[in-house]
Amino acid sequence: MGTRPLNTAAPSNAALRKTAGAIGGFIIVTLLTFVGLMAITFFIGRVIPIDPVLSVVGDRATQEQYDAVRIAMGLDRPLIAQFITYVGDVFQGDLGHSVSTNRPVAEDLARVFPATLEMATLGIIIGVGMGVPLGVWAAARQGTWVDQLIRVFALLGYSVPAFWLGLVGLVVFYAGLGWVGGPGRVDIFYEGLVEPRTGLLLVDSLIARDFDVFWSALDHLILPATILGFFSLAYIARMTRSFMLDQLGQEYITTARVKGVAEWRVIWTHGFRPIRVPLITVIGLSYAALLEGSVMIETVFSWPGIGNYLTVALLNADMNAVLGATLVIGSVFILINKLSDVLYRILDPRSR
Amino acid sequence: MSHSHQSEQAPLLELENLRVSFPTPQGRVEVVKGLSFTLGRERLGIVGESGSGKSMTGRAILRLVRSPGRQQADRMVFDGIDLAGLSERKMRDLRGARISMIMQDPKFSLNPVMTIGAQIAEALKTHETLARREIKSRVLEMLHSVRINDPERVVNLYPHEVSGGMGQRIMIAMMLIPRPDLLIADEPTSALDVSVQAQVLDLIDELVRDKGMGLILISHDLNLVARYCDRILVMHAGEVVESCAAEDLHKATHPYTQGLLAAVPRMEETREELPVLDRSAWSGT
Repeated sequence: MGTRPLNTAAPSNAALRKTAGAIGGFIIVTLLTFVGLMAITFFIGRVIPIDPVLSVVGDRATQEQYDAVRIAMGLDRPLIAQFITYVGDVFQGDLGHSVSTNRPVAEDLARVFPATLEMATLGIIIGVGMGVPLGVWAAARQGTWVDQLIRVFALLGYSVPAFWLGLVGLVVFYAGLGWVGGPGRVDIFYEGLVEPRTGLLLVDSLIARDFDVFWSALDHLILPATILGFFSLAYIARMTRSFMLDQLGQEYITTARVKGVAEWRVIWTHGFRPIRVPLITVIGLSYAALLEGSVMIETVFSWPGIGNYLTVALLNADMNAVLGATLVIGSVFILINKLSDVLYRILDPRSR
Repeated sequence: MSHSHQSEQAPLLELENLRVSFPTPQGRVEVVKGLSFTLGRERLGIVGESGSGKSMTGRAILRLVRSPGRQQADRMVFDGIDLAGLSERKMRDLRGARISMIMQDPKFSLNPVMTIGAQIAEALKTHETLARREIKSRVLEMLHSVRINDPERVVNLYPHEVSGGMGQRIMIAMMLIPRPDLLIADEPTSALDVSVQAQVLDLIDELVRDKGMGLILISHDLNLVARYCDRILVMHAGEVVESCAAEDLHKATHPYTQGLLAAVPRMEETREELPVLDRSAWSGT
């Protein structure tokens, strides 16, 4: 009947081998991307006009001291040799020593990254949970006041500076109304009470069944996460709306209406289901953007996250810390991209 | 179906002065300008060139002209029900269940991320409450009656995995499964290969006759419409210019219809060139 024979039979040996091959290829591509990322961060780190030796010895060291430190840091060796050593170290989990905190960079990152992860994750949940329905609603009511209102709301998220919204939020909801906690991750008298297992304070306090800490942490988290969420909401709502408008103009939407399908079902089943695939990319990218780009919010809320850490490291010419943090952020990007590739294949029958 | 026992004379659809308009920067433009016809349980063909308003007529009967388009009619009665005065909810109950429409191109009119079985089942589930087993057996049975040989396999396929002709037969199955009384077929074969066009039309014809449905076949192809319909309306620029029985098509009086007929090539062609429509004959320009 002119159709392609499909996998109607039970999965054969060949099919299994194909799957294994696909997974193997996937791992190799991911690894290569990661090495590429390391190469770029490493070489950029070496060519920028910052002298990592000076940041260690200070500017009053003698030439002999300077040379000794330079050799000790391995900076006299050829760049390629330095890079190979660096890659070897990274694969053993050694990101070098931070000059500004005087601790291994890997240890620092294990402490600051979960703080950012916690905030960005709650932020993206708020962004998706509100942005997607708002975008769908706006598209379904295109041209009406509902649509206009949502578009203005989303435009605000584009144009209002994050630090301003953060400060206003603190003034109104913390200082004024007292509804939320102030800067920091948790009230000071709760600090260090729960054992950091995951580094995510909400999760750790739940594991320790310390609900006072949990509520205090949530209290502190909710405002910065909402503000972050608002920014991703703006982007997600706009993209959802434009994807949906495109969908609702398709012929099969008319087909569904001809069948007598109820309007909400036309919108959610026939209109929304096909756009989950492009939406995943949008959501993945905004999540990655929240993970790396929350420097402003972290500064305003004294949040001990990776954005804050990276800024301090940069200002102190702490190259190991900068490279390490960049590597972590880059890896998250790669991971999220790969994850959306996988979801793509699951959700779109045409790409299987 | 109690309504099918009504007297022979009671028309299935009465349309009086149907108008469909769209806004343009120059003001509202009417694409259907006062169309009237009465349809029994017969096969009516609507022929016309692109932009003649024939497709909009089909959508207007289902009240599916999308905003900013607007439709109005002095009278739009289907089987004794005043369509124009119906609430959207009541209209929805009618769509699919009593009036259905086969769309042009299965490549675009089937949902790409839903299996074929789910799409056909949806047409049924929307209007009837049935057990899952029963739905499944009705879907398989329907697929069988549109000549799909291995329905058990086909229900699990996605639209991109079937050919155009098969897609259109799936479309027919989907639109006929709730057993409507009136079927509108909007250029059902113009996206298909010539070799499968006849198959699909024969299938529609057979199913419509078996079930005693009314059919409105919308097409730009005069010969095709003459072959499959009892009566023909020729539309031009939103108006009906000719209305006749299919077998009387050669006696057409309107210059537009005559021009169209003259432009159709014949099997034993003797003319060097086919004539081009001379539009000055009726538009006066």
